[in-house]
Amino acid sequence: MEQKKRTVRYCMAFAILGALLVCFFLWNINSGSIDLSPREILDIILWHKGDDTSCSIVWEIRLPRILAVIILGGALSVSGFLLQTFFNNPIAGPFTLGISSGAKLVVALLMIFFLSRSVSMGSGAMITAAFLGSLLSMGFVLLVARKVHNMSMLVICGVMIGYICSAITDFVVTFADDSNIVNLHNWSLGSFSGMSWENVKVMAAVVFLSMIFVFLLSKPISAYQLGENYARNMGVNIMLFRILLILLSSILSACVTAFAGPISFVGIAVPHIVKSLLKTAQPILVIPACYLGGAVFCLFCDLIARTLFAPTELSISSVTAVFGAPVVIYIMIRRKR
Amino acid sequence: MREETYFQTEDLSVGYNGKPLISEIRMRVKKGEILTLIGPNGGGKSTILKSITRQLKSIGGSVYLDQKELHTMSGKELSRKMAVVLTERIRPELMNCEDVVATGRYPYTGTLGILTEEDRRKVRDAMELVHAEELKDRDFNAISDGQRQRILLARAICQEPEMIVLDEPTSFLDIRHKLELLTILKQMVTENHVAVIMSLHELDLAQKISDFVICVHGDRINRAGTPEEVFTSEYICSLYGLTSGSYDARFGCVEMEAVKGTPEVFVIAGGGSGIPVFRRLQRSRIPFAAGVLHKNDVDYEVARSLAAEVIAEEPFEPVSESHIRQALECMKQCRKVICCLESFGTMNAGNERLLQAAQQSGKLTTRI
Repeated sequence: MEQKKRTVRYCMAFAILGALLVCFFLWNINSGSIDLSPREILDIILWHKGDDTSCSIVWEIRLPRILAVIILGGALSVSGFLLQTFFNNPIAGPFTLGISSGAKLVVALLMIFFLSRSVSMGSGAMITAAFLGSLLSMGFVLLVARKVHNMSMLVICGVMIGYICSAITDFVVTFADDSNIVNLHNWSLGSFSGMSWENVKVMAAVVFLSMIFVFLLSKPISAYQLGENYARNMGVNIMLFRILLILLSSILSACVTAFAGPISFVGIAVPHIVKSLLKTAQPILVIPACYLGGAVFCLFCDLIARTLFAPTELSISSVTAVFGAPVVIYIMIRRKR
Repeated sequence: MREETYFQTEDLSVGYNGKPLISEIRMRVKKGEILTLIGPNGGGKSTILKSITRQLKSIGGSVYLDQKELHTMSGKELSRKMAVVLTERIRPELMNCEDVVATGRYPYTGTLGILTEEDRRKVRDAMELVHAEELKDRDFNAISDGQRQRILLARAICQEPEMIVLDEPTSFLDIRHKLELLTILKQMVTENHVAVIMSLHELDLAQKISDFVICVHGDRINRAGTPEEVFTSEYICSLYGLTSGSYDARFGCVEMEAVKGTPEVFVIAGGGSGIPVFRRLQRSRIPFAAGVLHKNDVDYEVARSLAAEVIAEEPFEPVSESHIRQALECMKQCRKVICCLESFGTMNAGNERLLQAAQQSGKLTTRI
């Protein structure tokens, strides 16, 4: 009986997330500088029918952007879930632990280096740079974690690492002289704008591959939820498992930072909301739900960022913070009790 | 089926950071047997248990499980042979008790860890065995300590191990839950024929449930043997370094320290009638004498721990004239006499004379 109720709940949760994804997808594609009717958009997407401007707006600007939001939003929230598992800490995430900022720093440095030689950076190079930056920050966080076992202290240290990286990035960006600096500045605040199909293809490949590995890790993650010692007794190779967690969460968040800059709080808020929605922590359900949830959340936030003060665009981070930070506060308060 | 040693260690050394804490550990346990580790806090019981479950790297020697060296086994192989119940408190998020028990099926499920109908049945069986079916849908973090230990035991059971290692499974439990847990464990050992190694703080329970006991103290195994060999009052007192009070191994109970000094109260007792009076006098810090007690009397054991002076008679002998005189002498020095007996048998007739003497001297009282 209870089992049946649970199954119904899981199906409902996935149905809701799926429906929201479709809704926001359509809404996003419908809103922007020029108004198009749903019919026109359908024609454009399915049969490339319509006038050239609308066609190129939908195909060259809106669609890649929306797909990027879906791919990266999901990746970000799964990355957060992995970090929370690793540190056994509900407020760990790529942003709070300074991992996004580390990635941002290395990408910014490399971008400026390339810009000064008038070479543009490819998607692959961006991801690699971001990945190295993520690992660098992660290394620092791991060093701190060996000494600090308190969950809030760890996050505070992470935030500090993030601030240091951001400060250096700002410094470098301020003194770099180039006309492209405006783009760089936008990117360093976090934005989904200016995605090309080439970007989308690369990020889709990276995220898709990583997600397969993450999904295959769901069994050891479930054992790890009882703590390291029980997991070891169940036959989990703890060392390998931890390395995989670190690598996968770094790749996922690096991919996001490389293309959209640092985005705050999605990695914490979404896994938390998804778990409360499912009322379970079974990774095999939580991982796909996190992905969907992250995509929905980011679509929603990007919609607001784009349309609220159009034509001025807000940075995506300020929107996600408005909705994500209260969730973090809520988790902290509830934990205290 | 031939009974053979299922688990054994040879010259095992355990410790942290390469420094041996305890060396030359030799343990053996067969299936269907319980081996218990006792010893003072910080003595290294947990360190040994961590080393034999591969949570901690052992420093020297070897551990054999089912004729195979422990460190040559893969994690998966080991997980099907050995399950653990640890002391650490776990707080898994959003897991109900059934989920926690089901993690025990981990070594048997496929790549994604999806439970089959067979797995679900085993989870149900394990929960039934520990009488926890009704906890199935409860949040693991919301149940009591006793229930939690039962769930963790069920988790270990449904891992279908041949050996279970438990680190202080009865700590934090009240007396009822301690008994319940150990009864389930004992039943499982006999019915499912598993080997059990555990550490216990409760000496009285360790004495009654174990087939074999190992005492961990200092840098070697202090003593090992059957409960009958290990549990002597003197040895337990020295093992735990009891300086105040004493431990009575026959009853497995602890007595406070005797009040020393010249006896102020004389207690005529026997057949257990004196024990509450002895304890009350000890609590009020009044030195007392007790007599004449037969050495096979329960009162004698307690009086020996608590009284300043005990006048004792050999078992099954009538109370002798010399002991009566000794007791009367002692009574003279006391302010009060308490008599706990209402009737005196043939063997105890001498004590009736003590009562009469007390009545005549006016020292007889019922209040302390």
